[in-house]
Amino acid sequence: MQLSREALLRAYRQMKVIREFEERLHTDIQTGEIAGFTHLYCGQEAVAVGVCEHLSVEDKIVSTHRGHGHCLAKGCDVNGMMKEIWGSREGLCKGKGGSMHIADIDKGMLGANGIVGAGSPIAVGAGIACKIDGKGHVAITFSGDGACNQGTTFEAMNMAVVTKAATIFVFENNHYSEHTGFEYAVGTQRDIASRAEAFGMKVWRGDGTDFFSVFETMREVLEYVRTPGNGPAAVEFDTERFFGHFEGDPQRYRGPGELDRIREFRDCLKNFRKSVTDAGVLDHADLDALDAEVLEAIEESVRQAKAADRPTAEDVLTDVYISY
Amino acid sequence: MPKMMYRNAVVTTIAEEMARDENVVCLGEDIVGGMGTPGGPEAIGGIWSTSTGLFGKFGADRVIDTPISESAIMGAAAGLALSGKRPIAELMFADFIGVSLDQIWNQLAKFRYMFGGKTKCPAVIRMAYGAGYNAAAQHSQAVHQILTGMPGLKVVMPSTPADVKGLLRTAIRDDDPVIFLEHKALYGMSGEVPDDPEFMIPFGHARLSRAGQDVTIVSTGLLLGFCEAVADRLAAEGIGCDVIDLRTTSPLDEETILDSVEVTGRLIVVDEAPPRCSLAGDICALVAEKAFAALKAPPLAVNPPHTPVPFARELESAYLPSVDKIEAAVRKVLAYR
Repeated sequence: MQLSREALLRAYRQMKVIREFEERLHTDIQTGEIAGFTHLYCGQEAVAVGVCEHLSVEDKIVSTHRGHGHCLAKGCDVNGMMKEIWGSREGLCKGKGGSMHIADIDKGMLGANGIVGAGSPIAVGAGIACKIDGKGHVAITFSGDGACNQGTTFEAMNMAVVTKAATIFVFENNHYSEHTGFEYAVGTQRDIASRAEAFGMKVWRGDGTDFFSVFETMREVLEYVRTPGNGPAAVEFDTERFFGHFEGDPQRYRGPGELDRIREFRDCLKNFRKSVTDAGVLDHADLDALDAEVLEAIEESVRQAKAADRPTAEDVLTDVYISY
Repeated sequence: MPKMMYRNAVVTTIAEEMARDENVVCLGEDIVGGMGTPGGPEAIGGIWSTSTGLFGKFGADRVIDTPISESAIMGAAAGLALSGKRPIAELMFADFIGVSLDQIWNQLAKFRYMFGGKTKCPAVIRMAYGAGYNAAAQHSQAVHQILTGMPGLKVVMPSTPADVKGLLRTAIRDDDPVIFLEHKALYGMSGEVPDDPEFMIPFGHARLSRAGQDVTIVSTGLLLGFCEAVADRLAAEGIGCDVIDLRTTSPLDEETILDSVEVTGRLIVVDEAPPRCSLAGDICALVAEKAFAALKAPPLAVNPPHTPVPFARELESAYLPSVDKIEAAVRKVLAYR
């Protein structure tokens, strides 16, 4: 374990922020106070954080409909995000985007996306820009086992190889594309990375419930793609989705005891805690203190979101064009 | 003023802007042509000759020849635009927009709004459109009615080489996404073009190409020339037509149209797209709503029929609005009482 104590605490905190942000939304959505469709990232935190802990603001990411985790891991403000999801005009996108369209260009976060598979072509463009600029920055696209079946993903993979874009395709296989199992919907079965390999990319695989697996894998992937001339790469992380496709999904497709089992044995936060305490690098007390701090931070974000200004009818008309 | 063909006005303007601003990059299928072949790069130079010579001048980083992957081209343009570049993406035929539409209307057009105004998306999507080549139903369509209805996009339809130059430069320097529709039957059209490297035509300002008192004819693109021919014919009989070239369908210059109809009291809109939910219907409705008192006859839309674009010469000729059909429409509104 090469990470400093500070780096470990930071990584844990980032994952915990995502976890509690999503758990709180899961609760609050049931009150009916939050409008729209919400897709929670719980269970996949190690992927977003294990990837983004390597990135600077100059590196770009393109996210998905299940994007809160990617946004938080890339540095989007917790309060600004909570306000956005609550539909406030003080939100990161002034209440015009909502859960599925959170973006913060200054942080290198080029947008969550409501269209499955739409992000990868955008990340190819961002990766071409990184290549042109020649400063070793990269663009990362997150896709699930659903998006890996979209033609846009195939086009993007080929185009990235042809143009030698500095793009990384991160596939998060959480085993469900909406309500359908990957064993049915992904022709290559438990293997998405082999598709990227077939397009001519170097590929890696890792355990998406283990922060250290993700982090160490990404160290290699990033070193490769940041090297001029190498072009794109892909990585597949096997992970778990703790909630349904959307909030309100009755999840009748889950097996008996499945949710309890993955919460018990495939929880990245539990896995992290065990690793660092077994190794004696961090104490339970360190992590407990962070847990309490994060819970309070999320509570504060909800307080702020509830009190924040609501948008007005005039706000409908702004921000369509820069000039028209 | 020097004379130049419509297609040369495209490539000249792109070259001038690429030389001026290193953030301008081009991408599209075969815009270099010949990549990976014994003939080598630029063996083709773009099938419309609208990118000839760019690769040699600006290199592979800025003139990106892509695979046939229209979604990825449009998506890459979106990603480049979000990353500080000013992409000019070519969709070889406007008809291929169906393959790539998500990246245009759900991504490019909406980023600024969805992200609360905190980004700009300076992308130009160029595409060759229109009938006249007997290219049949999948290579001949006018698609502006689909795109004009999409908030977030600007839509440009030049009808002369000079307008290509002035409008394309404006499009490239614009910070919003712009759809630039080039009529493929106009690529060989020759006309005077200012050689001022700062020559720009602002969006939303129509051009009055013929002036008259009796009827207002609104059009754009290939059919604008047909309307001018009708106006010239009728002028010999003492009938005066205002012929208005919209130049851009989004934004729309309502003022020029309404001012003209206030004088003439008669409106014809000549539009290459199918009749239902069309630009022509939209402008007729606009005039009915805002200039009703001035009208001496019902506004009249001249569109092709509600059919796909047919192949055979006789069929395509029958499909497109012609000079004779436009003239008949003018006489119809003049005869109304």
